[in-house]
Amino acid sequence: MELVKIIILALVVNNVVLAQFLGICPFLGVSNKVGTSVGMGAAVIFVMALANLVTWIIQNYVLVPMHIEFMQTITFIFVIAFLVQVVEIILKKAAPALYQALGIYLPLITTNCAVLGIAILAVQKNYSLVASVVYASSIAAGFTLALILMAGIREQLELNGYPKGMKGFPLSLITAGLLSLAFMGFSGLVK
Amino acid sequence: MSKKLESTLKNMVLSLLLISAVMSAALGFVYSATKEPIEKANKAKEIQAVKEVLPPFDNDPTANVKEIDGLLFYQALKDGKPVGYAVKTFTDKGFSGRFDLMVGIRPDGSINTVVVLEQKETPGLGTKMKEPKFKNQFDGLSIGNLKGKSVKVKKDGGTIDAITAATISSRAFCDGVQKAYDLYMKNFASAVADSASVKEGGQK
Amino acid sequence: MSNLKHLTNGFIKENPTFVLVLGTCPTLAVTTAAMNGIGMGAATTFVLVFSNLLIAALKNFIPDKVRIAAFILVIATFVTIVDLVMKAYTPDLYKTLGIFIPLIVVNCIILGRAEAFAQKNAVVPAILDGLGMGIGFTLAITLMGSIRELLGNGTIFDIRLVSQDARTILIFILPPGAFITYGYLIAIMNRVKSKYSL
Repeated sequence: MELVKIIILALVVNNVVLAQFLGICPFLGVSNKVGTSVGMGAAVIFVMALANLVTWIIQNYVLVPMHIEFMQTITFIFVIAFLVQVVEIILKKAAPALYQALGIYLPLITTNCAVLGIAILAVQKNYSLVASVVYASSIAAGFTLALILMAGIREQLELNGYPKGMKGFPLSLITAGLLSLAFMGFSGLVK
Repeated sequence: MSKKLESTLKNMVLSLLLISAVMSAALGFVYSATKEPIEKANKAKEIQAVKEVLPPFDNDPTANVKEIDGLLFYQALKDGKPVGYAVKTFTDKGFSGRFDLMVGIRPDGSINTVVVLEQKETPGLGTKMKEPKFKNQFDGLSIGNLKGKSVKVKKDGGTIDAITAATISSRAFCDGVQKAYDLYMKNFASAVADSASVKEGGQK
Repeated sequence: MSNLKHLTNGFIKENPTFVLVLGTCPTLAVTTAAMNGIGMGAATTFVLVFSNLLIAALKNFIPDKVRIAAFILVIATFVTIVDLVMKAYTPDLYKTLGIFIPLIVVNCIILGRAEAFAQKNAVVPAILDGLGMGIGFTLAITLMGSIRELLGNGTIFDIRLVSQDARTILIFILPPGAFITYGYLIAIMNRVKSKYSL
C-alpha cells in the first residue's frame, strides 16, 4: 500500500518536472519529437532506478558508517557519472540494438539534475532500498509522461501559427505552464 | 605560460588524485569548522519554536526531550516549576500529505498557542493556517471541555471555523492538535495535574 | 575583451538565465519570493567565482582527457562548502532552498563557464567572468522572484505593496506561474535584444 502511494505521488501528484522543477533542461531540449521523447524517457527510467539502487547502498553502507554524510553531493555525482559510462559501455557490447536506440541520450543524463536530485531526496525521505528504487522508477516514469505529453503538444504547435517573438523557449515554457496547471488537478489525490 | 600537461595515464591519475586530496582536505576543514554552528543553529531553532508556543521559561527544554509515537515532548520550567509542554506533532491528513505543528500545552491541559513548523500545503489556501485568523482559534482552548473531548471544524460539528476553500488543511490541523493533546493527557497529565492543582485545579 | 567587458558580459548580453537559458531548474523552483532569488543567486555566484578561479589557476595541471571529472570535483567541493556554511549560518534560507543547494553542482551555468571560459583564460578574467555571470543570474532570478511574489502574494521582499484583503493572482506562486512568468520574460528579453540590437 505504501508503495502504491509512492508510485501515484511520484508519477502525477508531485510530477518531477511539472511540480518539482527537476530535469527541466532535457524536458525543454528533447521534447520536440514524440519518438525521441520515448527514447530519452526509457534511458532516464533505467539510469535513475540504477542510480538510486547504488546511491542507497553507498549512503547506508559507506557514508553513514564513516560519518562523512557531508561528502554526499560529491560522491553521488561521481557515482552517477560513472554509472552512465558503465551503462553505455555494457549496452554497446551486450545489446547493440538497444544502444542504437538509447545511446545518444545517455551522456545527456549526467547533466539531468533529476537523477542527482531524486537520489538525494530518497535519502532525505529515509526510504528503504525497495521503496527508493520504486520511487526513482515512478519519478522517471513521471518525467517520461511529461516529456511525451509535451512533445505531442509541440508537434501540433509547429503546424500552427504563433507570434514570432514566442518561438523557441517562451512557447515551450508557457506550454509547460499550462501542462503544470493541468497536473495541479491531481493534488490531493492521495492522502 | 607553461605548456599544458599531456594526457598520459600517469599524469591523469596524479592530477586527479592531487586535486581530490586538496579538495577533501578543504572540505574536512570546513566540515569541522561548521559542525558546531550547525548543531547550535538546529538547537536554537528548536528552542525558538518552543518559546513561541509557551509562556516564558528558564530551563533548556531540548535537554530532556521525550519521544512518544513519533511526537516530541519538550518540558519547559520556570524556577523549577512547570510552565507547560511544547509538543512537536504532525498530521498525515494534509492536502499535500504530512505537515508539522508545535503545540504549547499549559499544565492545566489547555492549549497555549500553536505554530506551524513545516508544511507544503497549497500556497494561498492551505497555508492560511499560519495566519492568526485561523490559528488563534486554538489559543486558550481547553479540548477537555469540548464535545467528545475533540477539536473539530464546524462542518464536522466542532467549534473551529475552517479556512475558506481549505477544509482538508483545517481538518488536518485539528487532527495534529488532537494527537498532541491525547498523547499529552495519556502520558503527562497526571504528573502535572498535581502541580497545576495548586493554582487553579487542573481540568480534565 | 577588456576586464570590464568580462564582468558585464553576463549582465545582459549573455545573461545566463534569459539569453543562454541555463540553470533553468533553480530559476523555476526557488523564485516564489524575491529573497530566495538573492539567496540562491549568492550561493551560485560564490561557487561560480571560486570554481572559475581554481580552474583557471590549475588549467595547465589538468590533462585534457580528465578535465570534466576534475571540474566536477572542484565544483562539487565548493557546493558542499556553501551547503555547510548555509546550514550553519542561514538555516531558514537553507531550508527554503532545500534540495536546490546541492543541485548547484549540476547547474549547467557553472560547468559551462568552466568549459567555455575558465579553462582558456587567466585567473583575473575568469574571476570577473564568474562574478559577472553570477550577478546576471542573481539579477534575473531576483527579478523573477519579485514579479511572482508581487503578483502571487502582493509583496516584494516581504514588504506589502498590495492590501492584505485584495485578491492576488495565486497562480503566480504555484508551479504553473513559474513556467509562464519565465516564458514571458524570455520573450520580452528577445524583443528588447532585437530592437536595440544588444
